[in-house]
Amino acid sequence: MKREDDYLQRRSSIKELTDEQLEQRFWKLTGQVVNPLFELARDHTSPSIERSVLLRMGYSSLEAKQIVQNCVKYGLLGKGAGHVVLRFAQKKNLPYREAGLILADGREWDRAAAIFGKEGPA
Amino acid sequence: MKLTPEQKLSPEEIFKNLENYRPRRKGWTWRRPLTEDEAELGAFKYRQVSANLENSIPLPAAKSFGDIDPQPDCVVTSEIASGRFEDDLRRMRMVAWHGADHIMVIRTAGQSHFDGLIEGTPEGIGGVPISRKQVRATRKALDLIEDEVGRPLNFHSYISGVAGPEIAVLFAEEGVNGAHQDPQYNVLYRNVNMYRSFVDAAVAKKLMLAANILQIDGAHNANATAREAWKVMPELLVQHAINCRYSELAGMPRENIALSTVPPTAPPAPAMRIDLPYAVALRQLFKDFKMRAQMNTKYMESCTREVTVTHTLNLLLSRLTSADIQSTITPDEGRNVPWHYNSVHAVNTAKQALAGLDGIKDMVTLNMDGELGQKVRELKERAVLFLEEILEAGGYFAAVDQGFFVDSGYYPERNGDGIKRDPAGGVASDSIVPRDEDYYAPVCHHFGYNNPPHSQDQDLSPCAPIDGCTICRPEKIIYIDELDPEDNSANRLEESRPYRGEALKPEAEWAGDGIVTMTMLLPVPADMAEYGALEMAGRMNLEDVEVINLQKMHPAEGTLVELKARVGFSLNPAEIKIPYKETPLSEDQIRQAVEKRPLTVVAGTVGEDEHSVGMREILDIKHGGLEGFGINCHYLGTSVPVEKLADAAVELDADAILISTIITHNDAHRQSMRKLNQVCQEKGLRDKMILIAGGTQVTNEMARDQGLDRGFGRGTRGLDVASFMIKKMGLVEDNREN
Repeated sequence: MKREDDYLQRRSSIKELTDEQLEQRFWKLTGQVVNPLFELARDHTSPSIERSVLLRMGYSSLEAKQIVQNCVKYGLLGKGAGHVVLRFAQKKNLPYREAGLILADGREWDRAAAIFGKEGPA
Repeated sequence: MKLTPEQKLSPEEIFKNLENYRPRRKGWTWRRPLTEDEAELGAFKYRQVSANLENSIPLPAAKSFGDIDPQPDCVVTSEIASGRFEDDLRRMRMVAWHGADHIMVIRTAGQSHFDGLIEGTPEGIGGVPISRKQVRATRKALDLIEDEVGRPLNFHSYISGVAGPEIAVLFAEEGVNGAHQDPQYNVLYRNVNMYRSFVDAAVAKKLMLAANILQIDGAHNANATAREAWKVMPELLVQHAINCRYSELAGMPRENIALSTVPPTAPPAPAMRIDLPYAVALRQLFKDFKMRAQMNTKYMESCTREVTVTHTLNLLLSRLTSADIQSTITPDEGRNVPWHYNSVHAVNTAKQALAGLDGIKDMVTLNMDGELGQKVRELKERAVLFLEEILEAGGYFAAVDQGFFVDSGYYPERNGDGIKRDPAGGVASDSIVPRDEDYYAPVCHHFGYNNPPHSQDQDLSPCAPIDGCTICRPEKIIYIDELDPEDNSANRLEESRPYRGEALKPEAEWAGDGIVTMTMLLPVPADMAEYGALEMAGRMNLEDVEVINLQKMHPAEGTLVELKARVGFSLNPAEIKIPYKETPLSEDQIRQAVEKRPLTVVAGTVGEDEHSVGMREILDIKHGGLEGFGINCHYLGTSVPVEKLADAAVELDADAILISTIITHNDAHRQSMRKLNQVCQEKGLRDKMILIAGGTQVTNEMARDQGLDRGFGRGTRGLDVASFMIKKMGLVEDNREN
């Protein structure tokens, strides 16, 4: 879009504001722009976020990558990758680190998926 | 392990036992401002300085001010990333000695799109691949360097791209102190999918808070990208605000959020009248946030002098407004990936200008009543109108889709050349998923919806079911050393080892790179000068010759050419002959000797030379000259014939004749020296008279070749001359050769 500088007309709605009111308006509008972005982030996750969870659980970047790839493949990312590992460990009655290494190796994903009521890759 | 000033930093030592290295602290450190009582350095009282360094190299002119090295109140940045981080460690040490305490490591090209963490130490392009090994080794080296200089050093890199949350974990674990984080940067400049960028950013920001990592935003990139950078100022206010507010929503306090601000224009534009209102508007709108004052890069060409002037004006702006972090840009960034000494020059440009402008605002006030105030108000209004239109368009994502950002029109003017991104497109599109009701992440500092099974128990940490996450229990971190058996730092260090001790080669960025520069004026037009200079460098046996700066002095009369090239040989340091350096006697030794045996000298400038400053420095009592030691000085003035000096010496029964000679035209200085020796021989004085010459171009070797006893060059003090005479006359015991 191309448009001439119509600042002088546009400012009519704000030109009477004091400096303080103008700054308040700046931050109020910013809040209105940003709030939906914040809500989106609060309720969503991503492969990188889930890998960051696995790193914090003590997996290497290479292990985390494999686990998250399979979470995506089996439609489990929305459960949380760390959650998947923990539930699988419970099921196997293994320390979680060991259970996660089985998943990082690409094994037993059908069993992991079944815990969350999923059958096979999504 | 400890560094000592005489010893080179060894990357091999840094790599030892790296798998067990833990950072000694986390979080950002500001400088400690000196109180009024503490801020007295040499002859001056400062108003905007911080604690002094234990080891540092002051500005060159400091030698006239008692070698003081005032450290400005703000943190000073040095951006370092040559592609080989093991070579960068030594440069970090150099800049820390000159006053940098914020070491910013630029990432290698393409890391933004790398879906995961890079491991090992591959070589980078235009930056360094950021990996755990690289980060840990750098932090370890900086820990040693900060002990050496006596000030905490902040280590900084980037949390952006499609692996932002993972990099944030890495940085929080490894004690990185500052990072760029701004999802808008991903969207606009790296074409990462916009939903993914914002979703990832919130998690990254919360992790940054966990380790108290200072955030710097990415808005300044609009300056570098927009066709006419000064027109994006209203939008920049909006971009800063979006990232600031978003960061606050993710939990960051304002003192952890810094705005990356750049003066948008540069001379020959009337830069200050455009940049100042913008700088003031920013500081008014973002009062409680921190300001990182970046320097202009958009208008950098290859003349390092021009760049330095622009940056000095940027520093004036910092002092007229405020800066919590003063960034520096190397003067050679318009030519090549920055070199060691230009990183040091950049830090010194900041240190020099900030010291020179210390306390300026106590004398100069910004006049907000006139044009400045009006322009500040106008910028804020234009930004408010921009925000209104984003909301009318349907919000942030819709606005990006419609090309609102980085449009070169001065908003509300629009030129239709903004960056447009498809919300459904970009790298890593379609990669976010909703968190299910039973979503659970068993870790601390996790942003967003989380439903741990034990969520009712408020006292239990989210990571309790895993017995602690890596932020709480760092011993759980898995360290990967190298993945690539070829492309790694150990192999590169093996190749460069000779050049870090056994063999001497010039170095611009990497050990053994052999890079030198050469400056010449060729008295021909630019085209011929360029190719003529290349030809000449080839005949000097230089390799890989490139012109790095070509400036017309006049269309016909001449062209300045600067070249870079490599030298193909190295020297054996053991075979380099370093001339013996005389250790002068102490002032007391000299005074005692002169008391026992009074000395008389006759002095003057010779030839047609009216330059008397240097000679006065050597003689005058107030400059610590010979008179101060009780030596009887007879100064005969300027342009004195050598015969007259010799006659006066006889008459006064002098012990020495001192001549000063600056002019070297037609070898005048050598001729004067030779003539003094001849005249003294003819008059039969030579054996009992010490003959000394001084001047900026004089060397000891040259003076002795002309038959004199000693030559003194630049930087000589009266003490040196007195010491020589007393030793020469055998008035004190001294077994060393002269």
